[in-house]
Amino acid sequence: MTIIDSFKMAIDSLGINRTRSALTILGIVIGITAIMMMMSIGKGAENLILNEIGGLGAETIIIRPGKEPTGPSDLGNTLFSDSLKKRDLEFLKRKENVPELVDVMPAIIVPGSVSFEGETFSPDIFGGSAEFFSQAFGVFPEEGVLFDESDIKGRASVAVIGSKVRTELFGNDSATGKYIRIKDKKFRVVGVLGERGQTSFVNFDRVVIVPYTTAQTYLLGVDYFHEIITKATSPDVVDRTARDIEATLREAHNITDPEKDDFFVVTQQGVVEQIQTILGALTAFLSSVVAIALVVGGIGIMNIMLVSVTERTREIGLRKALGATEKDILMQFLFEAILLTAAGGLVGIILGALFSFGAAFALKQFGGLAWQFVFPVSAMLLGLGVSALVGVVFGLYPARKAAQKSPIEALRYE
Amino acid sequence: MNLIKARNIEKIYSDGTHALHGVSFDIKEGEFAAIMGPSGSGKSTLLHIIGFLDTQSAGEYYFNGKSFLDYTPDEVAHIRNQEMGFVFQMFNLLPRATVLENVTLPLVYSSVKGHLRETLARKAIESVGLSHRAEYEAFKLSGGERQRVAIARALVNKPQIIFADEPTGNLDTKSGKAVMEIIERLNEEDGHTIVLITHETHTAEHAQRIIKILDGKVESDEVVGNRYHAREHFKK
Ligand SMILES: Nc1ncnc2c1ncn2[C@@H]1O[C@H](COP(=O)(O)OP(=O)(O)OP(=O)(O)O)[C@@H](O)[C@H]1O
Ligand SMILES: [Mg+2]
Repeated sequence: MTIIDSFKMAIDSLGINRTRSALTILGIVIGITAIMMMMSIGKGAENLILNEIGGLGAETIIIRPGKEPTGPSDLGNTLFSDSLKKRDLEFLKRKENVPELVDVMPAIIVPGSVSFEGETFSPDIFGGSAEFFSQAFGVFPEEGVLFDESDIKGRASVAVIGSKVRTELFGNDSATGKYIRIKDKKFRVVGVLGERGQTSFVNFDRVVIVPYTTAQTYLLGVDYFHEIITKATSPDVVDRTARDIEATLREAHNITDPEKDDFFVVTQQGVVEQIQTILGALTAFLSSVVAIALVVGGIGIMNIMLVSVTERTREIGLRKALGATEKDILMQFLFEAILLTAAGGLVGIILGALFSFGAAFALKQFGGLAWQFVFPVSAMLLGLGVSALVGVVFGLYPARKAAQKSPIEALRYE
Repeated sequence: MNLIKARNIEKIYSDGTHALHGVSFDIKEGEFAAIMGPSGSGKSTLLHIIGFLDTQSAGEYYFNGKSFLDYTPDEVAHIRNQEMGFVFQMFNLLPRATVLENVTLPLVYSSVKGHLRETLARKAIESVGLSHRAEYEAFKLSGGERQRVAIARALVNKPQIIFADEPTGNLDTKSGKAVMEIIERLNEEDGHTIVLITHETHTAEHAQRIIKILDGKVESDEVVGNRYHAREHFKK
């Protein structure tokens, strides 16, 4: 007997009991569908997040004041800490301190809204450097210009706004040269940014950027920064540069014990790793749920196969009398189990792909996310492999029982 | 040469039933022997032992000069496949498989290649006169047709010996005769050794020899003087 013979026999007997076969594989179908969706959606989420972070650039290093938050209670600490000041900029800009730093920008977050002739809008208002933002995130003015170093030095009341801010305040009219109000202070719009959408940092269509010096003095009346954003020469030197920054700031702040740091450094690498860790943990959890589903599905298959072996005692005896060896019978029943689970796997793969495509479509269409459908080839292969394996594992016992039946016991079975 | 050699065969089933009490006989190659006896006398038990489907509890049994224990399980399977053909008392066929598929089954478990299988199976089906039913599923056949399919299956591998356990037991006289005619022909024209089990005297008298079994013992072992020929009977 050849493998093809075993295969044909298995198909024939499964065909006789179609409804039962279909119900038997339900558990496997559900398990594999879940694997496919999990992998597809997980990968899609990872891509989405990494793309957004990618917008910020892997060479970006952010310095925040206060202690690194280890829980929600530390958050206030950070927001109201005033440890980052102008002298830190000078320390950081010195080449001998941080040799691989190319650019430094302090950032100020201004709560509030903007208005123009009765129209009001609540954007994200930043005090910073328009040129730095433009470079770091690849956003460029579609209308007008960016404000420059001299505007920052002179605490000029100028603003660069996002495309959505412009339509909200000005409709279809040009915005450059007009004066908008932020906290009762007038700012002249010098440029409007092109559409960029959501990034990990902020939605650039909804921003208003003013010089950080202006924000400090006229909008908030503070002398510290909420954040200092810096760039290293390349992603490879980020770790070293982060350590240089820490050393430099400790020197500037007269800190000897790193435990007492009043600032902390965040690299994109760290964020990426954090996200991957979270996604990994989530996937591991879901995987264990799926694994349980597959085991339950496998036990279902074993159960049905055992029933089938008993029901077909007579057939087994007859086959043995006609010359089937134990191996022939074993193969026949094992193939049935594998065929069942593999069919379940196949259906699961198709359903999983369809559902994740649907989910991707919905997230894009109704969730407004830049979500891309990912067909998880690895999940497909895994799904097929796992389902066949479940067939082998849970089919082996019933198949062995069938193979070991003695022909006369089988022939006398009523 | 004695194809079958049984000496003092005993069979005690695991529940204690003592089915055979020392049975001895020989069957020569080419012989047509009938084993006769009332229900429960141990005929099927004996057939299972001489057909290598079961083993005796005591005594010796040789097929072609060798005993069951001389073979590995796979070799036993091979002998059942190549050298023996079985027609059972009941439940002979896979009901959902076609006649052709049923007859092909022994070829599947032998080394016969795929394309030859169908040719051989169709030939065997033709020889029992059922070519017009080849594609029928077995459960659609009449009792007589089923037994003829079982015979076709038993002879498809050209075995040395064919064991038939009450092949006419559940048939009316007419289909019973058709079956016996085929069995006779297998012995006379094709030279198969035949062991036929029956409880009916007129069926047993088709054989050259009748071994009578009663309560697990050989009661008598005699040559049939006036053999009964199915074909002659038909002419009358
Ligand atoms: N597997 C078994 N376990 C226990 N006892 C059995 C078994 N098989 C048969 N027997 C017993 O052995 C005895 C002989 O049975 P066997 O089937 O050989 O009779 P038989 O001559 O073929 O009868 P019949 O003409 O009705 O087919 C009977 O008493 C039967 O109950
Ligand atoms: Mg019997």
